Amino acid sequence: MKIAVLSGKGGTGKTLVSVNLAAVAAPSTYIDCDVEEPNGHLFFKPEIVREELITVKIPQVDEERCVGCRECVRFCNYNALAYVNQKLIIFDDVCHSCGGCVLVCPEAALSERDKAIGKIEIGVSGDVSVYTGILNTGEATGIPIIHRLLEEGSDDGNKPVFIDCPPGSACIVMESIKDADYCVLVAEPTLFGAHNLNMVYELVKLFDKPFGVVLNKCLNEENPVDQFCSDKGIEILGRIPFDHELASLNSSAEIVAHKQDEYRELFSSLLETIVKKMGESAGSKRDGVLSDLKKMSGDTVSGERGEALHGSHSTCSDGSVKGVKPKEVRSEAAVDS
Amino acid sequence: MKVAIPADSKSMDSKVCASFGRAPYFVVYDTETKDSVFVENTAASGTGGAGIRAAQIIADQGVGAMLTPRCGQNAADVFRSADIKLYRTNDHSIKENIEAFVKGELPLLEDFHAGFHGRNRGGL
Repeated sequence: MKIAVLSGKGGTGKTLVSVNLAAVAAPSTYIDCDVEEPNGHLFFKPEIVREELITVKIPQVDEERCVGCRECVRFCNYNALAYVNQKLIIFDDVCHSCGGCVLVCPEAALSERDKAIGKIEIGVSGDVSVYTGILNTGEATGIPIIHRLLEEGSDDGNKPVFIDCPPGSACIVMESIKDADYCVLVAEPTLFGAHNLNMVYELVKLFDKPFGVVLNKCLNEENPVDQFCSDKGIEILGRIPFDHELASLNSSAEIVAHKQDEYRELFSSLLETIVKKMGESAGSKRDGVLSDLKKMSGDTVSGERGEALHGSHSTCSDGSVKGVKPKEVRSEAAVDS
Repeated sequence: MKVAIPADSKSMDSKVCASFGRAPYFVVYDTETKDSVFVENTAASGTGGAGIRAAQIIADQGVGAMLTPRCGQNAADVFRSADIKLYRTNDHSIKENIEAFVKGELPLLEDFHAGFHGRNRGGL
């Protein structure tokens, strides 16, 4: 069970939601894919058990062999190569590691070398496995790090996995959600928040992922995001109040669900709602394809993981809920404490 | 010597283009023959590394000096390798900037902004 938490902009509460969901779901796995500025580790304060350097391939030239034909310069769509004064110049941080220049060089003058772009840290914090991706400052893309993080973190037994995504809806977010079974979109109660929600809404629709919205920083007044969700028929999974105590604990890098019963209840209830919705999405799909799944694999459809969490909800195992469209139901499953 | 200037349009009376890598044209002016040629900047529409490709285009024109209001670090690296000197233009027309250059009145351009994927990304 992989749940991705995303939002159209930073600061909406992705880390608050994903950290606290992972905390109440423990034993669980938390993966921080916000590799440009990972901060989930500040809350979990994990004991690091392993580090792995992440490298990409960068071309290097053998000047003895280079004849200046410029095939590589012409080929590079990213303009990472230039040839002046009988010399090839390679711009490492513009290179996207496609390897094309090496392939097109007729003189075999180009080869590849490893270049470190960051690392992943694997740690433990109580019953939560914490995976953190860290991209070195100035690097073009964190995708290789996210790829490796998800490869490592998703292979951690049958524990539920919570993916804390980077903000926005660009390639790094796509990489983070591509194998997720469910997407939780976090939004702020403003017009700007509704605009940003729309970006990730379009993304999860494009990826055909089941999803729901969590409204953060809720006040007892008109909420443009409520209207947006109502217009689009998007399910609201829960609401987190604009609460001084919660904000204060969170900004002190405390896991609020560990600090107060009312917050633990808030996130437990949210988790329960998410698992229930996942079961419903899987169920609507399952009605049609159950027999096919059974033919494919005897245990593809299993209730074990959901039951492990909540005793009664069933959910599909990895992959089998992919491609399920969210039900167009307006539901306000409030998780207010 | 040939000099190059980024141009918004194909006119010597127009202002110097504010961008180097994304300029639509470059004027290549020969200070000896006084001939000028407008070269299309095919790098302008690229998704990234426009400065590098633009500097390659300029270098391939056999230019000795580049007159521009600004330049990125990556393009500056290409110019340095190609032994092309950089001079800072002013708010006047392309023609007036060339005249100022010929009289030795344009200062060298020595501060470069970080590339889009810049190594030296920092505050303004």
